[in-house]
Order: sequence, then C-alpha cells, then structure tokens
Amino acid sequence: MAAIETTSPTAKAATAPNWLLRDLAGLAVILIVAAIGFLLFPNNLALLTRITAIALLVLSLDLVTGYCGIATLGHAALFGAGAYAAGIAAAHFDINDPIAMVAIGALGGAVAGLVSGAVILRGHGLAQLVLSIAVVHLFHEIANKASEWTGGSDGLSGISPDPVFGVFEFDLWGHTAYGFGIALLVIVFMLLRLLVRSPFGMLCRGIKEDPIRVSAMGASVQGTLLRMYVISGAVAGIGGALNAISTQVVGLDSLSFTTSAESLVMLVLGGTGSLFGALIGTVSFMVFKDFVSAVNPFHWLTIVGALLIAVVLFAPKGLYGTAAQLLNRSRRQ
Amino acid sequence: MSTVFQVQNLKKSFGGLAVTQDVSISMAPGDRVALIGPNGAGKTTFVNLVTGHLQPDSGKVTLGGEDVTSLGPTKRVQQGLVRSFQVTRLFADMTPQEHVALAVLQRTGRSRRILGNFHAMPDVMAEVGELLHTLGIDHIATRKVSEIAYGQQRLLEIALALALKPKVLLLDEPAAGVPQSDTPRIEAALAGLPSDLAVLMIEHDMDLVFRFARRVVVLAAGAIIFDGSPQDVTKDARVREAYLGNYANDRSAA
Repeated sequence: MAAIETTSPTAKAATAPNWLLRDLAGLAVILIVAAIGFLLFPNNLALLTRITAIALLVLSLDLVTGYCGIATLGHAALFGAGAYAAGIAAAHFDINDPIAMVAIGALGGAVAGLVSGAVILRGHGLAQLVLSIAVVHLFHEIANKASEWTGGSDGLSGISPDPVFGVFEFDLWGHTAYGFGIALLVIVFMLLRLLVRSPFGMLCRGIKEDPIRVSAMGASVQGTLLRMYVISGAVAGIGGALNAISTQVVGLDSLSFTTSAESLVMLVLGGTGSLFGALIGTVSFMVFKDFVSAVNPFHWLTIVGALLIAVVLFAPKGLYGTAAQLLNRSRRQ
Repeated sequence: MSTVFQVQNLKKSFGGLAVTQDVSISMAPGDRVALIGPNGAGKTTFVNLVTGHLQPDSGKVTLGGEDVTSLGPTKRVQQGLVRSFQVTRLFADMTPQEHVALAVLQRTGRSRRILGNFHAMPDVMAEVGELLHTLGIDHIATRKVSEIAYGQQRLLEIALALALKPKVLLLDEPAAGVPQSDTPRIEAALAGLPSDLAVLMIEHDMDLVFRFARRVVVLAAGAIIFDGSPQDVTKDARVREAYLGNYANDRSAA
C-alpha cells in the first residue's frame, strides 16, 4: 500500500491501488452485515430483502448522480420498470424462473434507462431535475392507465416464482428471498466495482468534473452519459425484479416520485460517488426509518428530516465520505 | 511545403458586428506560430471557429487535407486538432496519471471499455510514464490534481494535449497565471514539443512570443494585419497602430 506514494523519479510506474483487498473487504462487510441482519431480525426478513432491493436502486442512482453528476429525482422509474417487467413476465407470460425474471427486470430497467436518459440528458441543472420528475410521473401514469397489464392501482399480483435453480423454494419466512437478494447484491456490487474503475468509469468521472474537458479530449459526452444511464437502468431493474419476486406483487409506489426522492436522500446520506456510500446510506436510512417509525409513529418523518439536516450540515460528504476523509487525515498525520 | 492546417476566408458576424473578417492562415507540420492582437481583436472567436465551437458564416477549415468546417468540436479533436485552455480545465479529484491515461485510452479507442483498468495495460502505463517524465511531473503522478501547484497543472494540460497525438495544437495562453518562477519550465516544455507538430499559440506575453514563435500573426478588429517573422512584427506600422488603438478606430470609421 505504501508503494502508492512514489517519491523517487526512477520509479515511474506507480503500482495500482490495492483494489482486490478493498473488493474482498467490501464483500466481507456485506456478508457479515447480511448475516447479522439475519440473526438479529429472523422474523423481519421481508424488511431486509426490501432494503437489499432498495440498495440496488441507490447503487444504480449513484452511477448516474454520484459518478456522472446527473441530477435526477426520477430514478424510481427504472426500478419500477424492472419490477413491472419481471412481474408481467411472470403473471402474463408464465415466466416464473427467478433468474429469468431478474434478467427480464434488468432488460426492462435498461430500456427505461434508455428512454428516460434520452429525455433527462437534454437538460442541465434545474431543467434536468424537472425533466426527471416529469419522467417518473409519466411512467407512474402509464402504469396506472395500463391496468390490464399492470393491475393499475390495485397492483400486479399473480406472481409466483419457481424455486431458485429448481431447489430453493420461496418460503413464507422469506429465507430464500433474502438469500437470493443478498446473492444478487453481491454479484452486482462486484461488477460495479469493476465498472467504476474501468476506462469507461474514469471517463464518466471526468464528465462529472468537467464535460468540456472531456469533449476536448475527443470523447462524446452525451453518448457516454446515455450508456451509463442504460447500465444504471439495468441495475435498478434488477432491484425492481428482486422486489417483485420477494413480495410477489408490484405496486405503483415502486415507480413513484417518493421512492425516487427517498433513494436520493439515502445516497446523499451515505455519500455520493462511492458504492460503499450508497450501501451505507440505504441501510442506515431504512433501519433508522423502521426504528423511528415504530418508536414514534407520529413524528418519525420529522426525526428523519432532522437527521438529514444534521448529516448535510456536519457531514456534507455523507456518512461514508466523511468517515473516509477522517480516516485519511488521521493516516497522514 | 505541405500544409497540415488551413483556414480560408473565414467570416463570422454577430448581428451586424463582423468579428472575424476574411481570415486565412495556413500551417505546415513543425510550424510555431503565435497569434497575437489587442483585446477585442477577435482571438477568442477565431479559436472557437477553429475548434468548431462556432460555425463560420462562410469560409473553410481544412485539417490534414480534409474539410472539417461542418464537423463539431469532438470530431475535430478525433481528426487531430487539439487545444489547451487558457484557464486549466482538469479533473480536481483525479491524478495526473489518470488524466493522461484517459487521454491515451481515448486516442486508442479504449475509453468506452467497461472492464479492465489502465494499470493493467502496459502500453498505456508506459506512454503515461514517459509523457509525465518528459514534462517533469512524474513525481506527482499519483497526487490529486487539486493538491498540485498551478504551474504543474499547466504542464499537465500540455501532457494531456500531447497524449492525444495531435497534428495541430492550439495553445491558449499556456503560461497564463503561472508564477514567474515556474515559467521557465513551461517554456522548456514548449521548446520540447514534437518537431513535426504544428503549433498555434495565442499569447499576450511578448517575451514568450519572441522566444517561441518562428512566425507571428497579428489579429486586429477581426482581420489579419500582419503575418510574418517575429523580427519584422515590431517594425510594422499597422501593428503598432493597432496596439495603440488607432487601427481599430480607423476601420470602424471607414
């Protein structure tokens, strides 16, 4: 690790940062937290699976907001599209294999990402934010009107996924759904770790900091962003599909403005531009929300609001970002 | 003499104001041309017309024999017309190594890859190391750009431009804002630019112009009033007039 700081001019090629170690550490942390959750809340696995699905949504939002700098309050459109795609495949076309459903959800999310990206990327700043809100409302309305396919406001039911690999049945306690969700999260997380440090990921970070510089290098800014939007859509779609599989119902709330806004809050809480931040933000927000709403059902939103204000004021880089910064500072001293 | 870059009868007006009037310049590989002119002479507009950020009303821009007039800025970069910025435009959170690697990846068509990392690409690492070494900033290769000195950032700008292997390099005041003590390093970097590269430098600092340029083009009120050797430019009556302000007044009165 110390080799990162090359001081002698002869050591021209600096060694690569020790990613493998961090990847494995991240993997270990996810699995440990998942195990702790399983042991502490054996009767509330549905919530934990929901957290896992939302974590995929927040990771996907981090790709466009944290890594590309796109402002959006409409990201649940991609999550919902994935949920409905997987749900419709199961309820109307009898595709009940959970892995096929996840693939269809990813595809649905990617298509929704392509469509909404094409719209949202036409604007900048405030206009972009407004377009994103319009997009999620549009998706919501389409799902509401096409009730023959989506069940409208009653929700889409009749989803009964087959056992995973034909072996693990989705049980009443949600053991399988939870395990399935954590497996998906781990796979997606590892793939995204590869993505964000790839040349493409570096290009996206460049665009976030200075799109004019990137185009002066001869790279297409719009093309790159749209591509990331499609990838992000696939990730959100996997989250949506997981939600459809585990709850066996898809509701309009999965592509609501509220879900979009909450996912952004979770991302800011954890810290944008870092996959760990997205995970930490999701888990802390969802657990805190669940805890506070049980303790004080009347004022829980106020308390969540106060927490957010405290984080934004005192830890503007989010929980993970601030912790990493403090750690770096103490390491240097 | 082969021509790598040519601007023919370029015209641009905003409303009734002709900002670029019938400008023609041609450059060969290895040329070192300085473009100077008083404030408001139309240098920025000229740069924007050349880079493709503005479309001319009439005229033609050719690059390596090909007409690029209708191409946008990104396409022109891909064809080999690269610029640096007057105020550095860098990615504050990234290291010089990452900057140059990204430029190399972009040039070699690998910037869209979603797997792999430049650390594991020996050719990229070698080229990045060599460029940073040439410009004398290899010792800060893995520091964040926000933590390095402005003079070093300017050198990195030049490294970035070179990593794109341009045919024509447009340098917009490469030494602007650099402390006096660092200017020799910038000048050394400019002196070390590849000998087959055509360089057009926009510069205010006349000392730098005289040391760097083998040809000077003077722009005043949107038109070229001088195109010749640095020795002759100070002797030219019209250039002196332009810098004293009379030239522009005369033209607008005419």
